[in-house]
Amino acid sequence: MNWNVYLRGISVVARKDMRIYYRKAPVFIFGLILPTFLFLAFFVGRELDINKYFPGFLAMSLFFTSSSVGPLIVPWEKQQGTFERLLTYPLSISSIVLGDCIAGAVFGLLISVIVGTFGILLIPITVTDIALIILAFALGNLCFSGLGVLLSSPGGKAPANIMMLAALVRFPLIFVSGIFIPVSEMTGAARYITYGSPLTYLVDLLNHSMGQDYVFDWWADLLVLTGFTVLFVTVAMSVLRRMSLKGL
Amino acid sequence: MIKLLYIFTKPVPFRKHSSKQTNLYHIMPALEVRNLKKSFGDVQAVKDISFSVEPKEFFGLLGPNGAGKTTSIRMITGVLNPDAGSVIIEGTDLKKNFLEAKMKMGVIPEVGNIYPDLSARENIDLVGRFYGLSKATREDRADKLLTDLGLKERADDLTRKFSKGMRQRVSIACAMVHEPPILILDEPTEGLDVMSRRLIVDKVKEMNRKGSTVILTTHNIEEASRLCQRVCIVNKGSIVAIDTPDRLRKTTEMMQMVEVAFDRKVEQAWFLTGYISRAELCNDKWRFYADDLDKAIEQIVKVKEEQGVKILSMSTSGPTLEDVFVKLCEVH
Repeated sequence: MNWNVYLRGISVVARKDMRIYYRKAPVFIFGLILPTFLFLAFFVGRELDINKYFPGFLAMSLFFTSSSVGPLIVPWEKQQGTFERLLTYPLSISSIVLGDCIAGAVFGLLISVIVGTFGILLIPITVTDIALIILAFALGNLCFSGLGVLLSSPGGKAPANIMMLAALVRFPLIFVSGIFIPVSEMTGAARYITYGSPLTYLVDLLNHSMGQDYVFDWWADLLVLTGFTVLFVTVAMSVLRRMSLKGL
Repeated sequence: MIKLLYIFTKPVPFRKHSSKQTNLYHIMPALEVRNLKKSFGDVQAVKDISFSVEPKEFFGLLGPNGAGKTTSIRMITGVLNPDAGSVIIEGTDLKKNFLEAKMKMGVIPEVGNIYPDLSARENIDLVGRFYGLSKATREDRADKLLTDLGLKERADDLTRKFSKGMRQRVSIACAMVHEPPILILDEPTEGLDVMSRRLIVDKVKEMNRKGSTVILTTHNIEEASRLCQRVCIVNKGSIVAIDTPDRLRKTTEMMQMVEVAFDRKVEQAWFLTGYISRAELCNDKWRFYADDLDKAIEQIVKVKEEQGVKILSMSTSGPTLEDVFVKLCEVH
């Protein structure tokens, strides 16, 4: 393996994605506007402590932003024939997947920093552990960007079909991850369901970093998020490789 | 120091040759395809294809639609995994060292697969980045290619506004920006206007003159006959013949042709007896195909006398590559 060529491929794919895809409407609609209105619909008119719910809102914004374009890049490229051409360049499927993930993560990180800064300056939100919040942003964006790419990998050239699949996976997750109802207040089966959602651990990690109630230790959150990231990225690579080499 | 070390340790592109050829060494092929097979479900798209292309050769892969040309090219370019067989690019096994192998190729797919949200210049620049070209090199080469391919004035326009021919020219420029030793073109001029076709063909010929090996797939026989030093005829997933266009014509010598212009209308049936196996009207002239040319001419003269028609002109010629192609595909 020529690592220089491999790493260059990842970097150029990421740059290409950011240049071409992260200025498209779905990023702003599904990444920023939708989570903002969802949160406002929940928050406005109720006497709730904004400090308690802000980590959840931040996690939701990060989740939607970093996973907004990932599901669409591969179908868009397959539709316009550029995906097949990418495969003729000195690139492997893994470098394409990693490039797509990094693009989503970088973009998500940018939006998360803006939303976080907005919270700190205007609300104001207290940050108790700045290093942890940086780690949470980095890992959370990579994890959900990986989920986005995974959603696009089963194949198909129709972005509309992938969008449906993405909505089917993403929307239920925000209701079972302690964003609107903290995990500590959940009981019975509902609580166990939250443990299966990667978003739960990001919300918990942000709760840690903003001095709010948390459920798990911070290192456990980091460990589980890392596990989910590796899982999403490797499954995305494997599925996309299998589909592409079959000519699908 | 590193450069010097590289010069002394650089592998020499020669290898021992074990065939019957008289020279002991010969130049390493630019491309070697060995026993390539690919099936899609029950359909065997490529049965067992093996061939090699010499450096600087202009090589054609000819075949009717669905013959397995594009599937073969997709396997050669690493887009598709073969079920069996191997592809060696300048001594590098595509399966084992796919990044190194792909660095040596420039591929032009059938349709101009470029990014519509980028300008022509940005598309070329992006591909240059994939091959690790410096900024100055990318800019210089993009300028030259855009000028040569008649796109200079539209260089900074988004390619979504381009015609099919213009998009294909950008696609060609993308494949050439890293000046690859091997250029693989999958029906590059299919459905293009004369201007675009000429610009593309001229540019590809120039690359070949400068030392690039060119592999062209097409079902345009005239184009293949004009451009290629050797052609490989593929049908139903197998190689039917592989040789120079001239030699292929000679191998089907039984298909001689006499072209005759008569002073008035004649009936096809008058001639389809005896030695003439096929007769067809082409513009105002009749083309008669026969195994034995002398006997065919005797027959034509006999019909002329019997029917009282006059011969205005008569010429003979060997089979065209198209004749060879049709015959070989029919036989296969």
